[in-house]
Amino acid sequence: MEQDITLKKEGQGLAFLKPLVTKLTPKFQKGDILSSLKKAGITIVSILLFLGLWQLGSKALYNKEADYKIEKALTERGQEAADAERACIESGDSSCQPNTLPSPAQVWGSLQSLIADHKVITADKAAFVEKMAKTNAKLTAQGKNAIVYTGRASFVDIVLTSIKTVFAGFLLALLIAVPIGIIIGLSPSLRSAFNWFIQIFKPVSPVVWYLLVFMIVKTLYIGDSSDNAFVISFISVGLCAMWATLVNTAMGVASVDKDYINVAKVLKLGTFQKVFKVILPSSLPLIFTGLRITLSVAWMVLIAIELLAQSQGLGLFVWEEFQNGANDSNAKIIVAMFVIGIIGFLLDRIMLSVQNLVSFNKNEMA
Amino acid sequence: MTELKENKQMGTTQNGILYPSPVMLDLNDLKKVYPTPKGDYVVLEHLNLQIMKEEFVTIIGHSGCGKTTMLSMIAGLNPISGGNISVLGNPVKGPGPDRGVIFQSPSLMPWMTALQNVLLGVNKVFAHATKAQRQDIAKYYLHKVGLDGAFHKKASELSQGMQQRVGIARAFAIKPKVLLLDEPFGMLDSLTRGELQDILIEIWNKEKITAVMITHDVDEAIFLADRVVMMTSGPRAKIGDVLNIDFERPRTRKSVLEHDDYYTYRKHLIDFLEH
Repeated sequence: MEQDITLKKEGQGLAFLKPLVTKLTPKFQKGDILSSLKKAGITIVSILLFLGLWQLGSKALYNKEADYKIEKALTERGQEAADAERACIESGDSSCQPNTLPSPAQVWGSLQSLIADHKVITADKAAFVEKMAKTNAKLTAQGKNAIVYTGRASFVDIVLTSIKTVFAGFLLALLIAVPIGIIIGLSPSLRSAFNWFIQIFKPVSPVVWYLLVFMIVKTLYIGDSSDNAFVISFISVGLCAMWATLVNTAMGVASVDKDYINVAKVLKLGTFQKVFKVILPSSLPLIFTGLRITLSVAWMVLIAIELLAQSQGLGLFVWEEFQNGANDSNAKIIVAMFVIGIIGFLLDRIMLSVQNLVSFNKNEMA
Repeated sequence: MTELKENKQMGTTQNGILYPSPVMLDLNDLKKVYPTPKGDYVVLEHLNLQIMKEEFVTIIGHSGCGKTTMLSMIAGLNPISGGNISVLGNPVKGPGPDRGVIFQSPSLMPWMTALQNVLLGVNKVFAHATKAQRQDIAKYYLHKVGLDGAFHKKASELSQGMQQRVGIARAFAIKPKVLLLDEPFGMLDSLTRGELQDILIEIWNKEKITAVMITHDVDEAIFLADRVVMMTSGPRAKIGDVLNIDFERPRTRKSVLEHDDYYTYRKHLIDFLEH
């Protein structure tokens, strides 16, 4: 039991690793093995169940789509065409496959091909760099810009772009929302002055934020040929996502325990000391709760914004695959969906760990 | 500057000579009114109390009679509706480190260590001392409350009783003129309470800081005090009765319990509270 308690205390944020940690820990009691085995078992069963349902669903949709195709061939071009269509579908030829929800196996195959593609592109890039090394050295010596690889981005590059964008947006949100939150939390009159602003802009959709940022950045970048999709997307992400932090920071600062404020009053601490030694530390847990929400919102709106901003991230990848309509496009979209979900989950866990680290009263944390 | 002059004029127990104790804390016709939609609610009215230098006064009364209101008015945390409060003749206009407060809940900053909590006040009050000197002051008082091993423990890791010890150290370390204690042991179990009473009285015997303490506990009131002030039940609470406790100092719990007058005092207080 003792071990269980320490794990809970330290690993709340990474509690999903608990079965793994428990398995890797040599000393534990019998009850622990049983309960963690049971937990792992339940997880595995539920995953299998999910895959099974998915398989059945995609199979049903595949058949429906195939029947429709054959039917259509029959009514439009007669029996012969229908037979040819059926034979084509059954042969697995890529030219006539029904385009519908892909099965788990197809998605797995797409993931493999995306990884293989990444390897090819990485090799290409390395070869390019090697080939251009001399020319680039000359160009740099002449004070000109070096020639960089501008080929197709691999899936891994796309994911990294998305992560880079979300962190830039998150940082922007943090830099805007935390200081403003502290200031309006400290002053009730500023709080009422800002309240309408927060209430009106908080519910605005990511798409509209993107358009607003686009209007402004487009003008600022006039005459500059550089690609500003990244700038537009991270600013939009930041503006969309900062509200939770702003509201939570203001609330945390405004609702510091009265006892602490009384102590500060009795000791006659100066404003600076009061803010940095009493108010800020005591509102840190709420600020970090806000930051955690901000990061998850940022990741969620990122996909839509990248799509609009044509930024080379997951959002654009998903949209281009959809427009592309190639045979394995749907499977690639599902791969992207899982990658988005897993990264979002990991980001949230990281924030939860940080949040637990700064919270001074671990027993009070949910 | 006025502080020094006053100290010279008033004098204290020096070289074994007891100078007459001047009034340290003066509550004069004090009044507290809370406006409510149904009209004003008068918590305290016509409250007069003089507390002498180096005196330990406990205040006892029924819950809700306005004891805490009175104490927070002395602390300057609660505005005065009428009358006035003065410390050594200077009217109280707000909170300040000349009146140290030990709150009912320890009110430590949970993200700071025990030492940092005490230093928070010490750094403010002894701003001109060197860092080492301020550390020494804080450590001295933590040592006095028996927390030698816990200087660098986070306040949130300490037990309630240990937290309140830090609270005592923090209040004494800023060397206030008046110490205000708002039921400081009310949330502790009786064993811990006894320990902390002993610690409090031991430090107090040494520092002799004028103290006003609110309590619900008749035995605690007698054990610690030179005078027990009994407040009438609210609304319009005022001083109902005052009982002088003539036990010698330093006292031990045993000597107090065995003293002939102990039960007379106790009966007096209980009679008051029951009527």
